[in-house]
Amino acid sequence: MLEVVSQTTLATLGVALIVTFIRLVKGPTLPDRVVAMDLIGVLVVGLIVVLAGRSGVRATLDAAIVIALVGFLGTIAYATYVERGDPQ
Amino acid sequence: MTDILTAVVWLAGSAFALLAAVGVLRMPDVFTRMQASTKASTLGLACLLIGSALQMGDFASFIRAASIGGFVLLTTPVSGLVIARAAYFADVPLWDGTVLDDRKRDSARAARGGSSAHDNRNGHVDERSRG
Repeated sequence: MLEVVSQTTLATLGVALIVTFIRLVKGPTLPDRVVAMDLIGVLVVGLIVVLAGRSGVRATLDAAIVIALVGFLGTIAYATYVERGDPQ
Repeated sequence: MTDILTAVVWLAGSAFALLAAVGVLRMPDVFTRMQASTKASTLGLACLLIGSALQMGDFASFIRAASIGGFVLLTTPVSGLVIARAAYFADVPLWDGTVLDDRKRDSARAARGGSSAHDNRNGHVDERSRG
């Protein structure tokens, strides 16, 4: 039963990634794209966490920690860039 | 028992993640999109983490899942705030239906030099300035 459930969960997360990617492509302004990238980072962390629970490999959770950290730093960097504007 | 709990929590978490994605696609405005993405994705990721920790069932992975959850719980509001602030100062247009812009009201009041009692007290966005 858990096999079917984990596959359903992974498929739902994949659909969520595709939907967020549509916003990343469409997004009229740069902050829209930053929001979409941030959400993509969180969704990828969720995907990795489900894969870790499914396979039982503990080191996979370390990769999830690293991706969460890098995603946060990237969002902060993008926000600084948006606030300062283009370097002339 | 653990399997049933894991299944329920995983399905709930992925549903919340999908809700966050649909919110980011369908909301009309950067600020409302940021709202949808931060809240729902934090809840969804917390549910997925609880499910994985239950499924793996040893102490080390439990600690790792808890640390991911704590980190995301701390950083997602911060990144949402920073994005919203940057978007506001980059003059991203607000949605047409926006009724309250506190920062605009406060800066207008400061420009007039103090508060006056009767005009625009609730910070409603002017009809002319909605653009």
